[in-house]
Amino acid sequence: MDVIGALILLAGTVFLLLGSLGLLRMPDAYNRIQAGTKAATLGTLLTLLGAAILMPAWWAKLLLIGLFLLFTNPLSSQVLARAAHRSGAALAPQTGVDHLAEDREDLS
Amino acid sequence: MVEIILTLAAVCVGLAFLLALYRFVIGPQTVDRVIGFDVLTIISITGIVLAALLAQRVVYLDVALVYALLSFLGVIVVARYLEGGQ
Amino acid sequence: MSNIPFVMALLLAVAMIAAALVAVRATATVGAVLAAGLVSLFASVMFLLLAAPDVAMTEAAIGSGLTTFLFFFVMGRIRREGGGND
Repeated sequence: MDVIGALILLAGTVFLLLGSLGLLRMPDAYNRIQAGTKAATLGTLLTLLGAAILMPAWWAKLLLIGLFLLFTNPLSSQVLARAAHRSGAALAPQTGVDHLAEDREDLS
Repeated sequence: MVEIILTLAAVCVGLAFLLALYRFVIGPQTVDRVIGFDVLTIISITGIVLAALLAQRVVYLDVALVYALLSFLGVIVVARYLEGGQ
Repeated sequence: MSNIPFVMALLLAVAMIAAALVAVRATATVGAVLAAGLVSLFASVMFLLLAAPDVAMTEAAIGSGLTTFLFFFVMGRIRREGGGND
């Protein structure tokens, strides 16, 4: 049982590493938001699950941290992407279409 | 066995920390720095959980909860400032 | 196994120096304020590794949270009211 928990924890940290690699390699800010926050959220949740299997007495606090991260992390990444678009962050050169800018032109 | 796997996990967390820190240091735009800040906070939460497992102390998890709160509030405040802050 | 916290503290020290250099050398004010907050964040993880969770919680809440939010609040207010003219 302990080995299973430790393996789940290791899987979580590997997801964290892959998310950081995406943060470094992606071409523009929006792709970095995608790669960074999503993979890091999954990695942290898997790490908390592995810790809860390793230490069953700690499940309440780990569940609280996990629920908080699950609710707030996608929200903060969406708010950050909207702020990046409004503050005019540069798009990658290979971007095909920007529907949000077209919508804003249609509205104004 | 568990110790070896936990050591590997700590190595992964350290590498992820270094990569995100490199993005924070070189980040060409301000938005990249904000993303780096957010991801570094999340990686720090994982590091705190690992430290709590290694030291066998449940009190450390309270600090992780404070970190989760701070990451959310910090990104919201910075994003409102970048949008034009009305 | 027992030297994982030592390696984590070493990594955190390097990261604190890097963040402090970014805070000094950054041209954008937002990046500099974020880097200063990051130094406090790493310092609080360092306090945690030194087995002082209460000090770590206070450092995270005051040094990283409140100071950064105060900076952004004041910067937004200066921009809104067009500071420097009177």
